[in-house]
Amino acid sequence: MNAPAWNLRDRQRRERLARAAELPGVQGRHVATDTVVPLLEAVLQPGDRVCLEGNNQKQADFLAQALTQVDAQRVHDLHMVQSVLALPEHLDVFETGIARRLDFSFSGPQGGRLAKLVSSGGIEIGAIHTYLELFARYFVDLTPKVALVAAHAADRQGNLYTGPNTEDTPAIVEATAFSGGIVIAQVNEIVDVLPRIDIPADWVDFVVQAPRPNLIEPLFTRDPAQISEIQVLMAMMAIKGIYAEYGVQRLNHGIGFDTAAIELLLPTYGEQLGLKGKICRHWALNPHPALIPAIEAGWVESVHSFGSELGMEDYIRARSDVFFTGADGSLRSNRAFCQAAGHYACDLFIGSTLQIDLQGNSSTATLGRITGFGGAPNMGADARGRRHASPAWLKAGGEARAGRQGAAGTPRGQKLVVQMVETFREHMEPAFVETLDAWTLQQQAGMALPPIMIYGEDVTHVLTEEGIANLLLCRTDEEREQAIRGVAGYTAVGLARDARMVESLRDRGVIKRPADLGIDPRDATRNLLAARSMRDLVRASGGLYSPPKRFRNW
Amino acid sequence: MMQPGLETLDYSFPGTRAAGAFTPVLVGVVGSGNLEVLLEPAPGADCRIHIETSARGFGAIWAAVAQDFHARHQLAGVQVSIHDMGATPAVVSLRLDQAAQELQP
Repeated sequence: MNAPAWNLRDRQRRERLARAAELPGVQGRHVATDTVVPLLEAVLQPGDRVCLEGNNQKQADFLAQALTQVDAQRVHDLHMVQSVLALPEHLDVFETGIARRLDFSFSGPQGGRLAKLVSSGGIEIGAIHTYLELFARYFVDLTPKVALVAAHAADRQGNLYTGPNTEDTPAIVEATAFSGGIVIAQVNEIVDVLPRIDIPADWVDFVVQAPRPNLIEPLFTRDPAQISEIQVLMAMMAIKGIYAEYGVQRLNHGIGFDTAAIELLLPTYGEQLGLKGKICRHWALNPHPALIPAIEAGWVESVHSFGSELGMEDYIRARSDVFFTGADGSLRSNRAFCQAAGHYACDLFIGSTLQIDLQGNSSTATLGRITGFGGAPNMGADARGRRHASPAWLKAGGEARAGRQGAAGTPRGQKLVVQMVETFREHMEPAFVETLDAWTLQQQAGMALPPIMIYGEDVTHVLTEEGIANLLLCRTDEEREQAIRGVAGYTAVGLARDARMVESLRDRGVIKRPADLGIDPRDATRNLLAARSMRDLVRASGGLYSPPKRFRNW
Repeated sequence: MMQPGLETLDYSFPGTRAAGAFTPVLVGVVGSGNLEVLLEPAPGADCRIHIETSARGFGAIWAAVAQDFHARHQLAGVQVSIHDMGATPAVVSLRLDQAAQELQP
């Protein structure tokens, strides 16, 4: 009888590496640029689980292109496990049969095409995850056999320097390299000495120099010139009605003009209210250019980032007390750690959405698109495993539990999860709806659940230009519904409110209007913004911030 | 001559706060997502609101916005003229309040 083998992964790995070593363009870890397709054909086998590094910002675009060129007779039915589908190539591989199954988190620009591929049967979706959830599965049952990652530079040994956009790379490489997998990195350049080592060479099997620098999208830049007075008003309400009310010290902002307005109001309106040092000291946040004035005014003690932002490199380097930087001076971001930080160590998440229903469920999913939500569900969820206390967390938990008995009354804190929306979006699309599009989408795509971004159970406040609804204080589903209707403005949902019940909720402080907060909407002018243009942001940074060309409008 | 595609709406409410004689008030600009509000003295005790908007089909919302504006200010003897380029109700209400504020002595 044969003894069982316990090292098949290792044996297979050696076989694959041996096949690669026979290629003329392969010298140890270094692979000639034009050998990348044969390399992929040598190491990949049908049915392999493959992580093609597609981040929110940084893309392994050269390796993505190479993967579309492999011989589909040899390499097919791959199972792709990657956080973001950003490039056309990410879906091209499904059309040619190179890949068949997909587990992912976010598909932003490819959402429409993905929906079509799913309905025509050209792709099997395992599940749509949050970032943290997908990374977690890398270490359980979605471990990549081959990882194709992007770094800024490699040295002769194969050590990698990721640059500021470290993003997902550490999580992907760790899962692959320590499970008998193979790691292939594309780099922009090969140098003798790296500024620092982000990924050690012995976790990396192959390095290939790409003909062009990898693609990075500046997703977190918002031009202050486009912030409206209504957004200023809502930002004033957020600062006075929520941040000051709860004493929020540690937080995460979603991306958008609503939250950019808050960032730009801290050194002006926040200062007038005497809140400096009392709120907004620690952030889990990408390096938003809109945060520059608050940093310069001394509001911000620390910022840990999921990724980076193009143009912020020199500013970050010069503000190393605030950002997480290496001994070399440049930013080290890390999506997995920052997601964990946002989930467990922040007292507040505030972000926007496209639709909110009467239960407070919110979603950005729209018909005909399958996009996923990236990190929002982890940021916008109460961390049930949290045990450390802070005043903001205790106050929110206290409000939710006051007067309750038994398990529901057991004292604990709660994360503040704020949905901040104008009642109408562009083109008079109402943000408040009776039924989320997510329900129809669930049926269209045959999903197990409707794609809800943030569950109503986790939402603590809904903030609109009409006021703030504090859902922590609601005791029945009916109260919750009327509290939401009561800030839904002139949308059909808002107009259908029970006016008497809404007034009684206002008397109880469940609903607060701007006037109840001592805010006159007529004071909400763009003059309150600490920067009103991209140029103002550059000036505030002392010339250290260098926005990408598309944002240079002066 | 009205531009094609514009929708006109008119509302009239009896008011209690007589504006008396005043120099016409103009706030806002006619631009995408924005509007212009003009207040002029008018005979009688009504607040009359005339709306020309590029966004058709939102009569019910305009009626509610106009009614709430009147409930807040109770203006009498005022003609309100609105030229709207698809502003949201929030922006419309803000402009109306800004204009009404100019009337205060």
